[in-house]
Amino acid sequence: MAAFRRNRPSNDAGPQGLVLADDWHRPSVRWGLGTAHAVLLVLLVVMGLGPILWLAKSAITPTQDTLATPMSLFPHGIAWGNVSDAWNNIDVQLYLKNTIVVAIGSWLTAIVVATTGAYALSVLRPRFGKVIMAALLTTLFVPPVVLLVPLYIEIVHPPFINQSFTGNYWAIWLPESASAFNLVLMKRFFDNLPREIFEAARIDGCGPFRLFFYIVLPMSRPILGVVSIFAVLASFKDYLWPLLVLGPTDTNLQTLSVRLPEIEQFTPLGYFLAAMFLACIVPIVGFLIFQRGFLRGTGLSGALKG
Amino acid sequence: MTPKLEQTPAAGGVTHRAPPRRTPATWVQGGGISRILFLLPMLVIFAAFSWYPIVRLVLMSLQYTNLVLPAKWVGLSNFSTVFHDPLFPIAVKNTAEFAGLALVFGYPIPLVMAVLISEVRKRRGLYSALAYLPVVIPPVIAVLLWKTFYDGSANGVFNTMLGWVGIAPQPWIGSQSAAIPSLVLESTWANAGSTVIIYLAALTGVNRELYEAASVDGAGLWKKIWHVTLPQLRTILLITMILQIIGTAQVFIEPYLFTGGGPNNATLTVMLLIYNYAFGNSLGGAYGEAAALSLMLVAFLAVFSLIYLRATRSWSRN
Repeated sequence: MAAFRRNRPSNDAGPQGLVLADDWHRPSVRWGLGTAHAVLLVLLVVMGLGPILWLAKSAITPTQDTLATPMSLFPHGIAWGNVSDAWNNIDVQLYLKNTIVVAIGSWLTAIVVATTGAYALSVLRPRFGKVIMAALLTTLFVPPVVLLVPLYIEIVHPPFINQSFTGNYWAIWLPESASAFNLVLMKRFFDNLPREIFEAARIDGCGPFRLFFYIVLPMSRPILGVVSIFAVLASFKDYLWPLLVLGPTDTNLQTLSVRLPEIEQFTPLGYFLAAMFLACIVPIVGFLIFQRGFLRGTGLSGALKG
Repeated sequence: MTPKLEQTPAAGGVTHRAPPRRTPATWVQGGGISRILFLLPMLVIFAAFSWYPIVRLVLMSLQYTNLVLPAKWVGLSNFSTVFHDPLFPIAVKNTAEFAGLALVFGYPIPLVMAVLISEVRKRRGLYSALAYLPVVIPPVIAVLLWKTFYDGSANGVFNTMLGWVGIAPQPWIGSQSAAIPSLVLESTWANAGSTVIIYLAALTGVNRELYEAASVDGAGLWKKIWHVTLPQLRTILLITMILQIIGTAQVFIEPYLFTGGGPNNATLTVMLLIYNYAFGNSLGGAYGEAAALSLMLVAFLAVFSLIYLRATRSWSRN
């Protein structure tokens, strides 16, 4: 009987952790944990969603109201004009377009470098693979920000080429793809693909290129998704490098992150907050659509991060 | 003749006996060209934007460079200039204070949140999504948004909220003593979400039979957390701590955009000092000093990276 009562709840309660199904049916545990969860949910809504909701509200509030009473809800009506002014007159549309162009380019280069490199190291196995891998892992020790100065000088005065690359998107796309983190993540995934399939394909006369495009890549959708999300998110979040490369040149090329601190200086608060809200929409919507990929990728990154 | 022929296949292939001479022709036949083609993008990109800049950083720290004249070797004088800069100890102290406070605030909160979220039975996804949401906001936007929150007048967002409970307006980032804690608060908000998700992923790996066994032995909730959950998360706790220290030691965007290093250098961090050396002076950058300080930062962080590498090795083995 006791065994019967033990088993039943654990079957319908699904996965169980700290609090076992048995405890879960004790009122004190249930209420205590229920209260803790309710408090947590309220905190998460206030902390996670609150600032973004405030930004959304203030984006359509007249500047004077936001300055005088930032926490009240539309005391003098709604100013839809903030958003259209930010979009057209402050040119958020242009900077958003630039941001997206930069992100797509960074994504493409990151995927090309990570997939081809990982494929060569994991499947084709060149003779010096171990040496190359060691050289890649060493770069994980060097945080990218400390390379700013030599990289900047390399971009301004590139060796062999007598031309500065400031104000050129390639100066952002190419350096950002030098991510040992993406490569190691990709290589680990390729390492775990079943070798028998590669052997079978080789025996059937499949060359390295067809093996890559028709067998390895289609099998790697999950990791491609994770690396894509990392690359695009990193590009959206990047600030200092685009500032150095695009900052001194003409503003028509700048990304939102580079431009917003400048906009803050010379724009009324209402327009500025509307511009910030517009800038948030793409990453937030992207997150809502690809939530699972974001969370799985972040979980993976605990195991390895540069 | 015949026994020899029969012997070779038995030994596992001709190559073991007499390796064929490596000629360009055999290299091409063995797929050498395609191997190189696949390796090429990675090798070129890393050589140009990772390996070469690392070497260049070391060289630059020993040189005087002004981008116009050829670089001049100056030995260790860049390092001694940095050491004798009165701003250097201030920057180190501020960075340590930032990292320390971020550890005190930012380290336990995600753990508590993750343990609680992992016990949610319905809509767990909603909890994790809400916790992660601030992470997807680009840091520039997060900082500029919090800058308006931190408005020091009585009509600032946070000061209005303090007014509801009868607390006088605070200067936040405007005061020397409150500036660093304010920066830490924003940075904790912006980064805690990803640590929560890392813990949640690790918590699914905790052996559930241990919980049952602890229950049978009469352990309560707190005892189970202390004796089962935390020991099982040991390695990931070390990893997130090191990742956080490495991340906060490089803090730049917060002090740069919130305060520009002020008030009175109260938020001048090491990265900001490097930036100021190299790009802060419109007359020409002190690239040598910037490289020297960068190199010191790398050396300091390498210690943590080594611990981290050992921890991840033992973790992935389990």
